Amino acid sequence: MTIEIKELTKCYREKVVVDQLSFSIKQGEFFALLGQNAAGKTSTIKMLCGLLLPTDGDALLDGKSIVENQVAAKKIMNISPQETAVAPNLTVFENLLFLGRIYGCSKTQARERANANMELFALSQRQNDKAKTLSGGFKRRLSIAMAMMSNPKILFLDEPTLGLDVRARHDLWKILSGLKGKVTIVLTTHYLEEVEMLADRVGIMHHGRLCALGTIQQLMHETKQSSLEEIFLAYTEEGLC
Amino acid sequence: MLRANVFAARNHKEIVRDPVTLLIGLGLPILLMGLFSVMQKNMPFAFYEISNLTPGVIVFSFSFLTLFSGMLLGKDRSSSFLMRIFASPMSAGDYILGYVLPLLSIAFLQIILCLLAAMFLGLSLDSSILWMVGVLMIISLLYIGLGLLFGTIFTDKQVGGIFAIFVNVSTWFSGTWFEPDMIGGTFQAIAQFLPFVHAVSAARAIQSTSYTEAFIPLVIVIGYTIIIFAIAILLFKRKMRG
Repeated sequence: MTIEIKELTKCYREKVVVDQLSFSIKQGEFFALLGQNAAGKTSTIKMLCGLLLPTDGDALLDGKSIVENQVAAKKIMNISPQETAVAPNLTVFENLLFLGRIYGCSKTQARERANANMELFALSQRQNDKAKTLSGGFKRRLSIAMAMMSNPKILFLDEPTLGLDVRARHDLWKILSGLKGKVTIVLTTHYLEEVEMLADRVGIMHHGRLCALGTIQQLMHETKQSSLEEIFLAYTEEGLC
Repeated sequence: MLRANVFAARNHKEIVRDPVTLLIGLGLPILLMGLFSVMQKNMPFAFYEISNLTPGVIVFSFSFLTLFSGMLLGKDRSSSFLMRIFASPMSAGDYILGYVLPLLSIAFLQIILCLLAAMFLGLSLDSSILWMVGVLMIISLLYIGLGLLFGTIFTDKQVGGIFAIFVNVSTWFSGTWFEPDMIGGTFQAIAQFLPFVHAVSAARAIQSTSYTEAFIPLVIVIGYTIIIFAIAILLFKRKMRG
């Protein structure tokens, strides 16, 4: 397993936002974590990325504890946050180099990885453009390419296609499906067609708890529903989870 | 240290590639120095003599360091860029150094440009210039620290508004354009309580080679700088932990 989550809990005073979450994600799996707003998805991702301390429980990223061995855990994962999170006055190439260098790459190594990622994310034509001049779709590509600069074993994508037009979204899906099997990907999104297109397995959170876990086919079978949207609505109906 | 240097290089590029802000930060103090020198020629007393004016204007120019550092940090927070960096193996020390180092280089540039302009306006330079550069670099840390504190607490848009208030407060209470004792009372008491007038006093004392007179104001400035950095780092670390 690449990710083993063990009773992970986050509380803010009396309010429990993530409630004893336990599940595993296999190496190379494309996992989609779904839920309504305030279901606890972002808090879960933030804890797994070392951005938020769990109140209780732990998670092992490739065997490294996010509580006991956070620095080692951080070295093997990366995140593309919900906002584009690029350095606006740096060029595409400089943004990529910067990320490679803060993860300890030599200049040569960072250049090689930057060129490879520009190729993979179709950014080569725009390599000398400042990030602030890119369209929303290209900024998202750059954001994910930056996350790939550390050659992560685990990649967290927090709503990567939010606000993109149909074309840009489809282009990004094509790129993301190319990463399947090579990197363990944890995706959060509200676009269910994105999940149907990309995810190997789905987890549905509601009020901080994991209500459903499995492939879309398994969940269809369990709930007797015919689409992911119906499955999602069934699991997130008040009083059922 | 490597990570801090890489981060500092990125921050340096972000600041210098915003030419309008940088031009105001470097050009406005020189323009003001020129205008007040012209005014001095038509005034009956010698308050705006170039030797008195230069240290004050240089300290005034540092208020733009507060703007640069506050805006950069505020922008990095609101765009989630900082979240990306927090998820990396960088330490809190790397972040702080990464933000401070490029601003120190800009402070050095501000000092040199203002001194060159002052020489052009008649300032005669001697060995005290080296001491002055050193003391001014220390003073610049106060303004950088204030920017980091603002950027840690506020968004980039809020920092812009706060800067408008800050630049007025820090200038009026600094003694750059007039001595606080000309107003006296509460105004003077507030000026003495804040670090800005001490920053200008220390720089002026060094400029006039009265080194011993620089000691107490400089200690006050350093004390404020340490407290402000400590608060900024504490709050920054809290943000890092979510």
